[in-house]
Amino acid sequence: MPLEIAGLVKRFGEGAEAKDVLRGLDLSLRPGECFALLGPNGAGKTTTLRCALGLTAPTAGSIRLCGLPVPEQAREARARVGVVPQIDSLDPDFTCAENLIVFAGYFGIRESEIRPRIPELLAFAGLEGKDKARIQSLSGGMKRRLTLARALVNKPQLLLLDEPTTGLDPQARHLIWERLRRLTAEGTTILLTTHFMDEAERLADRLAILDNGRMLAQGSPREVIAAHIEPQVVEVFGDWKPGGQPDSGAAAWAAAHAGALSRRCEISGETAFCYTDDAAPLLAHLAHQPGLRSLHRPANLEDVFLKLTGRELRD
Amino acid sequence: MSLATAHFSPPVLSLRLFAVWRRNFLVWRKLALPSIVGNLADPVIYMLGLGYGLGMLVPQVEGVSYIAFLAGGTLCYSTMNAATFEVLYSGFSRMHVQKTWEAIMNAPIALDDIVAAELVWAASKSCLAGVAILAVIAAFGFTASPLALAAIPVVFLTGLCFAALGLIMTALAPSYDFFMYYFTLFITPMTLLSGVFFPQSQLPETVRSIAELLPLSHAVSLVRPLLLGQMPAQIGLHLAVLAAFTIVAFWLALALTRRRLLK
Repeated sequence: MPLEIAGLVKRFGEGAEAKDVLRGLDLSLRPGECFALLGPNGAGKTTTLRCALGLTAPTAGSIRLCGLPVPEQAREARARVGVVPQIDSLDPDFTCAENLIVFAGYFGIRESEIRPRIPELLAFAGLEGKDKARIQSLSGGMKRRLTLARALVNKPQLLLLDEPTTGLDPQARHLIWERLRRLTAEGTTILLTTHFMDEAERLADRLAILDNGRMLAQGSPREVIAAHIEPQVVEVFGDWKPGGQPDSGAAAWAAAHAGALSRRCEISGETAFCYTDDAAPLLAHLAHQPGLRSLHRPANLEDVFLKLTGRELRD
Repeated sequence: MSLATAHFSPPVLSLRLFAVWRRNFLVWRKLALPSIVGNLADPVIYMLGLGYGLGMLVPQVEGVSYIAFLAGGTLCYSTMNAATFEVLYSGFSRMHVQKTWEAIMNAPIALDDIVAAELVWAASKSCLAGVAILAVIAAFGFTASPLALAAIPVVFLTGLCFAALGLIMTALAPSYDFFMYYFTLFITPMTLLSGVFFPQSQLPETVRSIAELLPLSHAVSLVRPLLLGQMPAQIGLHLAVLAAFTIVAFWLALALTRRRLLK
């Protein structure tokens, strides 16, 4: 198994200031799958990855990375793993090719071994001919792609990516997604963290939603949607003008009618999100409400995410 | 075992630390010439300026010309400075600003290896600077003894000692500004008290007894006689003190770095 985590607890601080960032996490990756760890800021995603790599000692629980116990044999286990960290950590003093050569050296790979692979690694990252380019001359997307190439120098069984596409433009995101799909097709197991639902829905064979250090849901994207939320959503917004009364918004409409016409209704800003198994009666009602506008769509992962983790802002 | 005691567990090192040493060497190689000139120019200018200028007023110190007296001290304090600057400013850049250490820790290299590699690297770099200064000293004829070559391993040990002490500061620093305290409160007073510019016999008795405990004093006590072609007194004691400072400081620096980065 590429990664097996059982009962993982991570506590920061001691005594009255102690805070549990992970509270009994179970996670098991199957060989060759792409697994996405979803969660708002502070949910414990990065801490999970740090524990898995043996970079911080768990308070309780057991971890096996590529079959080896962590943190006891973390160093040996990391030899079989590639990591794309959230923050750029490329070496600004080196060119693209030198970054790959020096990083391979950390795995005990000789320069004569890695040098013939550099054109292939740079091509994989869409950086053909950039071997002599300085890091400062690269865009954010190019740096992330070079970091991905750097994570592959040791031909890892398991690739860990911490928010791989945060801060990238759509073109760069699509290129990263395409490359990650190519890696899973070749048999590499992938664990990535993200707070982009479309990223998880597109890439992940399975995913888990994490908040406050606990798994709230786990399964394939379809399973998670089917298990946790009504299939239909009608978003209602605009002005509501009931006969003889002053104008008011979607929230007032929802208070008066949503309970009878949908299974569940949430207000966020000026929009009412109505969740239902059958949207026909609700849509028929809305057809007679001038001023109100609506959007009818199937429920998606973001609806599940917001239902499970709440709509309040996270800092 | 509580976390605090775990931080103080003995270092677990692997040979991969030389890959980290090599990384720093490859960066240095790109800028080797300005780096050596930078480490060389300042101490040599001071040595020649003070040596010839003050030397006019002070004909003999401890039986030799002032500039020959100054040569050994200059070699020691410039080694100290080179090692200190490397672990403080460059080390902090790699640890905190560039996240180089975090990248390396994702490979099969432990933080212990990285801190040890920084220690050995800073000592290597300061030793290179020291050899360059020694060459200038020999070229000006301030040393003629083959014993001067025996100063090179002492210079390396001096580099290790001050790299280890500096790594404690790097582990504690919130920003670059923090290092100013270390220089003004520790490095500069030590330079003046350790017999670099004048013999420690000029110090008042109480100050002198404290000054003799400082690591730089022990480096000077070894290097100066070697450059003058004499066997130093109490070689074993001075080497042991420098080694002890190195070991204890490295151990403390490692514990503080683990506390900072492995949470």
